Order: sequence, then C-alpha cells, then structure tokens
Amino acid sequence: MMEFLNFYLIPGVVLGCIYALGAIGISLTFGILRFSNFAHGDTMTLGVYITLSLIHLTGLHPLAAAPVAMAVTSGLVLGMDRLFFKPFRQSATIMMVIASFGLMLMIRSAIQFFWGVQLHALQPGIARPWVLFESFRILPKHVLIIGATVVLMMAVHLLLTRTKIGKAMRATSDNPELAALTGIDTEQVIRATWVMGACLAVAAGVFLGLDTHVETMMGFKLLLPMFAAAILGGIGKPYGAVAGGLVIGIAEELSAYPWIGTEPLLPPGYKAGVAFAIMVAMLIWRPQGLFRGRQF
Amino acid sequence: MEQYYGLFVYGLSLFTMGGIYAVMALGLNVQWGFTGLFNAGIAGFFAVGAYTQAILTTPICRDHLGCYGVSIPLAMLVAMVFSAGVAWAIARICIRLRSDYLAIATIGIAEILRLVFKNEIWATNGPRGVSQIPKAFETLPAPWNALAFLAMVAAAVGVIYIALERARSAPWGRVMTAIRENETAAAAAGKNVESFRLESFVIGSALMGLGGALMAQYLKQIDPNVSDPLTATFLVWVMLVAGGSANNKGAVLGAMLLYAVWSASELLSTRFLMLLSSDSIGALTHAEAGEWSIRFAYLRVFIIGLILQVILQMRPQGILPEVRPKPHPRRGGDRAPGITQGRKSS
Repeated sequence: MMEFLNFYLIPGVVLGCIYALGAIGISLTFGILRFSNFAHGDTMTLGVYITLSLIHLTGLHPLAAAPVAMAVTSGLVLGMDRLFFKPFRQSATIMMVIASFGLMLMIRSAIQFFWGVQLHALQPGIARPWVLFESFRILPKHVLIIGATVVLMMAVHLLLTRTKIGKAMRATSDNPELAALTGIDTEQVIRATWVMGACLAVAAGVFLGLDTHVETMMGFKLLLPMFAAAILGGIGKPYGAVAGGLVIGIAEELSAYPWIGTEPLLPPGYKAGVAFAIMVAMLIWRPQGLFRGRQF
Repeated sequence: MEQYYGLFVYGLSLFTMGGIYAVMALGLNVQWGFTGLFNAGIAGFFAVGAYTQAILTTPICRDHLGCYGVSIPLAMLVAMVFSAGVAWAIARICIRLRSDYLAIATIGIAEILRLVFKNEIWATNGPRGVSQIPKAFETLPAPWNALAFLAMVAAAVGVIYIALERARSAPWGRVMTAIRENETAAAAAGKNVESFRLESFVIGSALMGLGGALMAQYLKQIDPNVSDPLTATFLVWVMLVAGGSANNKGAVLGAMLLYAVWSASELLSTRFLMLLSSDSIGALTHAEAGEWSIRFAYLRVFIIGLILQVILQMRPQGILPEVRPKPHPRRGGDRAPGITQGRKSS
C-alpha cells in the first residue's frame, strides 16, 4: 500500500501538476487563437534552457531564476507571434497550425545549436526523501513542485476571475465575435494569452527539469500529454485543463503498477501511450471534454 | 576524370533520395493537397513500410524477426499493404476529426509506432535496428547498381505521378477537392465524405509506406530513429508546401529541390569545417570541428523551418500553384462550368 503511494501515486500527482500547467497554455491558445499550437512544448524547452543559463550565470536557485526566464520567454514568444502567427489572423486556422509546426522545429534546432544536446541537471546532487509516519516517503522537490503548482493555479484563478484582462480572456474564449462587439481589444487579449501560456509553460518545464533532467526533447515529449489533458478537460477551459493534466499524469504512472500479478500492467516503455489512448477515447466518445469545452 | 566520377555518383544519390522523398510527397499530396487531411505522422507510416521491407527480406534473423525469404518486389507490395492497413485502422477512428485534431492524433500514432519499434526487441532488434537489408540490383557492378536503383525509383515516381494526375482530373479527384473546400456542400451533394476521406488517407499512407520500403533498401539498415519526426515528417511537409500543394508536379519538384538544399547544405558545412580545421588554417581543432558539424546539422533544420515560414507567408500556393482540371463538356445538355461531376456514392 505504502509502495503504491510512494512510488506511483505521488510521482503521478507531480507529473499531473506539470501536465496541468502546460495544458492551460494549450487550452487557452486553442480557445482564443483557435489553433493547436505545436510549438508550445518547445517554448517550454526554451524557457528551461534560459533558466539553466541564468543559474549558470548567477548561481540562483532554479525557482528564483524561473521568473526571470518567464519574462524573457514571454518576450520571445510575443516576438514569434508577431513574426509567424499575426500574418495569419484572418486566414484559415490550418495555416497557423502549419506555422506552429515549423516554429516547433525552429525553436528546437535553435536550442540544440546554441546549447548542444547533452543532458543537464537544474540542481546538482541527490536529495534524500523525507520520511513521515514511518513509511511514507516524499522527496523535497516533489513537495516543492506540488506546492508551487498550487500557488500558480491560485494566481491563474485570481487573474481569470478578478482582473479585467482575465475576464476579457474568458469572454473571448467563450465567444470571440460577441467579445469583440463589446469593445474588448482582441490583440491585447491575444498578447495576454501568449504571456500567460509562456509563463506557465516555463514553470512546467522547470518543474520537470527539477524532477528529472533537462534535455532538448523534453518539451516535445510533453506535447502529446498536454494536448490530451487539454482535450480531456475541454478545449478553452483552464480548470478543465488542470483536471485533465492531473488525470493523465496519474494514469500514466499508475499504468506501470502491478495491478494484476507482479508484472507492471503496461511495460514502462509504453507509458507515453496512455495519454494518447485517453485522448483518442475522448475524441471519439466525448469530444467536448469532461467540462463541456468548445467542440470544433 | 576521377573528380567527375565522384560528382556523378553524388548526383545519383541525390536523385535517388530526392525520388524517394518525391514518392512520400506525392502521398502527402493525396492527403493534404487533394483532400485537406493534415497528416503529421508521416514518419509512422514510413517506418511501417521500412520495417516491413526489412523484416521480410533480410536473410539474417538471429536478433529479430526475419529469414522469410520474400522477394524484394513482393516485400515492397506488402509494405504498402501494411502501411495502408495501419492507416485504415487509424482512419476508421480519427478521420472525421477536425484537421487540428487529426494532426495531433497522427503525431501521437507516429510516436506510438516508434515506441513499438523500439520496445519490441524480439521483432525489431530494438534501438539497434535491422541491418544488411537486401537492396534491389545490388549484385550489378559499381555504377550500374546505383543507376538501376535510381531507374526503379524514377519509374515508381513516374507511375505514381501519372496515376495521381489521372485521379486528380477524374471525378474521384474532384470530389476530394470538393471535400477539401467545403465538406458540408460535398455532403449535401450526396457524397459520402467520410469514406472518401478514408480512401484518400489510405492511398496516401500506402505511398508513404512505399517510400519507407525504398529507403530501407537504399540505406540497407534501419533503426527506430528512421521514424524520427524530424527528417521524415517535417521534410516531406516542407517539400509539398514549397513545391505547391495539390499540384503533383509541385510535389515532385519540391521534393527534389528541398532534398538538394538539405544535402548541399550538409556538404557545404562539412567542407567549410574541414577547411577551418585543416593544417594550413588551423582555426579549429579536429575535435572542435566534429562538435561544430553536429551543431551545423541543427542549423540546417532551422533553415528548413525558416524556408517553410517564408513560403507560407510570401507564396502560400507554392512554386507551382494548383491547376484545377477543366470541366468536361457534358453531352446533350448545357451545364454551368465548374460544377464538380462526382460519382454517386451511397
């Protein structure tokens, strides 16, 4: 029982937090700009590498360097929007999908060119887990990740419900024409969406880097689970994305638990397939997602 | 003389690889150009074809499946059928999804297929892959084997091109265009949109499988990285978009051109680094040059991505834009031009 909790459920929740943070950005971009942003995963990688460089330069703790990296990444993402997405605002959305597909490869190859492809660690050394109630073990970094995710989620919630721009974002996601008619500045909403998506992506990436390591394919590997989380929660629903992320993260980790006999239910090599299976099942039976998101 | 021979051999490899990519670009053209299906999992269908070819023909089977002794042409046919089969199964589930969703679903399928090829070591030898794959005409003497292989690839491109040109101007192709342009209208005209989309997806994927079968022979070895989304999927996409979607000539031209850019940039960057690290200049040590050559490989991907962005914004129709077939004059009745005469489907 304790083994289940320590080695499957807790890592699942941690992974779920990371997916959830990434999926909010995907869900918002899909809701407001109406396209699937394939470059989101590699935006995350970019943010992590900027954090890594900041740590090397200043020796800050990853969590202290992350906000600076968020600001830098947001600026870069706004620049990319201006260069590669803005020309297609009035075109068919598929043009933006193709552009994001190209941008995904461009960001990744730029990272590989400047930083190389070797693995990095955000924090050196191996931490010992805290032991509570004799057999419950939890790694300090896991506490940190879960705690920081909760704080970020609260911030997102307050931003979306209490601020003017947050309300404008939700309105645009629900009905863009109606929102524009009421005098909401669509371009401003779009910029806010990019900034918010980028900041959360950087946070997710840094958490993943803390949990495992930093590599150039990390963002791409997260792309599918993040899409699955966004679709599971309902496109355009940030709270749905959070729930979707948690479900997918936990499901992935639990798929390796020996439910029947002593062998893992699913060989660990196929863990990445779990998110995909959930996504396809949702697309077939409930494309609007659990929380009645937009259905295209 | 020696130098010209080297150039000749390089030219052969350039056209052979370009031709193999042209087969895949034509396949994508059926899906995206004709019907508007966004397949972001080209690598997956390509890998199914490549592995089928490899496993059916390889005479060695110590570490993986093999020793079936299937002849090369038959294996290529089976590779197409397998790719088509995988595509059919996927299309049954995903074909009615909106283009974005289809893109995500296909990217996921390519990723899962890669996992299968990597993890099922008993069948595929896992990450080490399958090597010593028999290649057509390899028993011929030196330049002739490469020439004969090129001729085979060229014949494949030619046959596919002619078949697709006919399909494009036939009622079948017109229905595809109708579906791409306005699905609802096509459905209202009595076309079974889903089954037409499925046909298009399966045919395109079979061609990608053929591309994989040809590539497996040409390279003589494959590993799970052949389904690396980068080289397979992305390059084929840029080829089609650059050449001109929905134009078969454009697909072939784009494949040749982009592969030439891809290959030439590799050659130039290697030469440039060799020059810098040579004894007379000595700007770089050999180890540094090695590291830079790896980095230049990423720069090439960046440039290909940039080419895609520039074409999308400056010339979205590609080098050779789509040419719609002229409407056939209809016997015995006046009919407004431009109306798609599709076949009835029930």
